Parts: sequence; structure tokens; C-alpha cells
Amino acid sequence: MAEMATARQLGMAVCHDCHILVDWPVLAAGERAHCPRCGAHIHQRKPNSIRRTWALVVASCILYVPANLLPITITSSLGDVQADTIISGIIYFIKSGSFLIAMVIFVASVLVPLMKLLILSGLLLSIRFKSAWRPKERTRLYRLTEVVGRWSMVDIYVVTILVALVKLGALANIDAGPAAGYFAAVVVITMFAARSFDPRLIWDTIEEKHD
Amino acid sequence: MRQIACHECDLILTLPPLPDRSVARCIRCGSVLLRTKPDSINRTIAWTIAGLILFLIAITLPFLGMKSGGAERHTALLTGIYEIYQQDMFGLAFLVLLTCVLAPFAQMIGLLYVFVPLKFNRSVRFATPVFRLFRLLQPWSMMEVFMLGILVALVKLGKIATIVPGLAVFAFGMLIFALTLAVTSVDADLVWRRMKELADG
Repeated sequence: MAEMATARQLGMAVCHDCHILVDWPVLAAGERAHCPRCGAHIHQRKPNSIRRTWALVVASCILYVPANLLPITITSSLGDVQADTIISGIIYFIKSGSFLIAMVIFVASVLVPLMKLLILSGLLLSIRFKSAWRPKERTRLYRLTEVVGRWSMVDIYVVTILVALVKLGALANIDAGPAAGYFAAVVVITMFAARSFDPRLIWDTIEEKHD
Repeated sequence: MRQIACHECDLILTLPPLPDRSVARCIRCGSVLLRTKPDSINRTIAWTIAGLILFLIAITLPFLGMKSGGAERHTALLTGIYEIYQQDMFGLAFLVLLTCVLAPFAQMIGLLYVFVPLKFNRSVRFATPVFRLFRLLQPWSMMEVFMLGILVALVKLGKIATIVPGLAVFAFGMLIFALTLAVTSVDADLVWRRMKELADG
């Protein structure tokens, strides 16, 4: 490549919504730029990306604790009450021989949220310490967190379906435990965290080192 | 030839006009810059209409039923969500309503609102914000995850009761395919350019 220039270096910006390339205007304090084609706000980088992403990551780490310690379902039949956490639900599936289902729940409810929080924290730290290590792979990791996050919702759906269905039968009673709310919040907040992170910050460090 | 910038690494790139079914990737970070779709407008409209018909079936007919003793009782998707809501689980009810009913429905209505006028070369008011809303809702439409949830719940309950899947579940399953095909037929870059051309006259 003869010249590798970024939009910001050339005084331009890309619209987040319609991806058009526009000249970045000189803004007075408090002024915001709008996309001439689709009307969205335009920024050269997502505003406050690092701080916002950290805040959301820390918030979901905190919520992740009660989401795993408290019961997600409370089953009562004939006076016998049983509270299950996410982990004890997975163990139940393994004991009853449904390994595939146990794997699905383990990946969606334990592995995916943990990986997502680890990857986002790692990316934030790598930007903090101006790392030039494998920017392409780090961008790919970021893309992964955006794609897989939605599957964490599975357990929330399972609980809702169980609660709604069991009410039909009247042979037992299943209620959603407090962990359901905490876990749903973790999924939603990590989705916002992934969206507020700006992968261009990974590449900015590399350009600064070149200059 | 036109200049664009990668939205993931900000690199400026010059792109030639792309033929159908091609993908342009950023040479530096590898993210997809543009993906051209064959017959984008017609296919999007066709799959969206199919999706809307399936959606009507999925929300009106019995969704899941339960056989216990001699009795068999059914619940529809919306009444199931309403029951959850009545048990003071407002947040969960809202989340399911948003991700499995409202978001997919709004996406399909939005697609028709944007694509039908495009097909007939007309410019309509609010097409730009509607298309932006469609893209904003994309991550919140989670029907395929809900379907996986149904399968897990069936296995979990299979030991204590017989679950009878209703017609609506099959419609819901097909709706996932129809909506996915509708969304992947969307050539966003084409839409933005056409809308701008039509608006400018």
C-alpha cells in the first residue's frame, strides 16, 4: 500500500448508520454533526467509548454474582420446594443423561457471558496499555462478542417457557427465581457494552506508534 | 470508483463498482465493508410478506399445549407472555415480548415501508428513520434463541408431562427462516443510495 490513511487522519468521518464518508466539520462547543444522508449523529470515534464500556462491563460483572448464586427457578410440588441455580440446573441435566442440553446451557449461560466480559476487559486493557499486539485478531475477537452475546438469552427463555407451561398442568408449580432478573440484566448490559466499544481505538494506537 | 472508510478500523479505501454476490473486505482488519445482493429489493419484499403471514399464524394459533391426565390445555404465544406478566414478572414478560414479538414485527413492517416504495421508484416520508430503526432493532430480534429455549424446555418437562407443540410453533420456526432470508437479502448500501437519489428527485 502506497498510502494507508484513516478517515480521521484526513479530517473525515464515517457515519455509524449508513457508512457514508463525510468531511468532518469544525464544531463549536455543544454542537453535534449529523449525517447528510441518513440524519444520524456522526462521530469520528464513538463518544466516551472506553469509559462507557468499562462502566457497563463492571456493572455486568457485579450482576453476574447474584445471577449465579441465587436460584433461577423455584419448583414446588406437593409441599416439596426445590430451588435451582444456573449451575445446579446444568448438573441436573448431566445427571439425567441429557448431555447435549447440559452443554447448550453451559455454553450459553456460563461460557458466553464470561468470555464476553473477559474479551471486552482484555480489549479495554490492551488499549489502555497501548498494545500493538495482533490488531487484526483483536478486532476479530470484538466481532465475536457482538455475534455470540444473544445466545446467552436461552436460559431466560427456558425459565419463562417453563413457568408459562407448568401453570397449564397444575401438577407442580415453577416460579422464576431472583437470578432470572439478574441474569437477563447481565445479557442486556453486555450487549450494550459490546456496542459502546469502538474497535477503531485498537488501530489508533498502531498509527500513533508509526508516527 | 468511490471512497469509503472501514467502520471497524477507519482505513480509507477506494472501491470499484461491485458485481452481484460479491463481498468487499477491509484489507487491514478484514471486516466486511459491503456485500452486494442479487435482486435485493424483490427478494426482501417476498420474504418479508411470507414472514408476515407466518407471524400472524404464530401469534394467533395455539403455541404449546400440555397433556396431563385426560385434559389437554393450550396457550398461545401472546397469552403465555400475558400470564408471565400477571405473575409480576414484568421484566421477563417485556423482554420476551420485545425480542420475539415486537422487534421482529416492527422489522418486517419497516422493511415493507422502505422497500415497496423503492421498488416503484417512489420517495416516502420517514423512510430514512424507519430504515435506521430497522437496523437498530436487528440485535434485539431473537426468535432463533427462543426456539432453542423451547427445545430445552421440552426436554426438561418431558419427564413429568407430555408437551404438545401447536401449529404456531411450526409457523414460528418457519418465520425464523423467512425473516433471516429477508434480512440477508437487504443490501443496505443500495437502500441508502436509492433513497437519497429518490429524495433528491
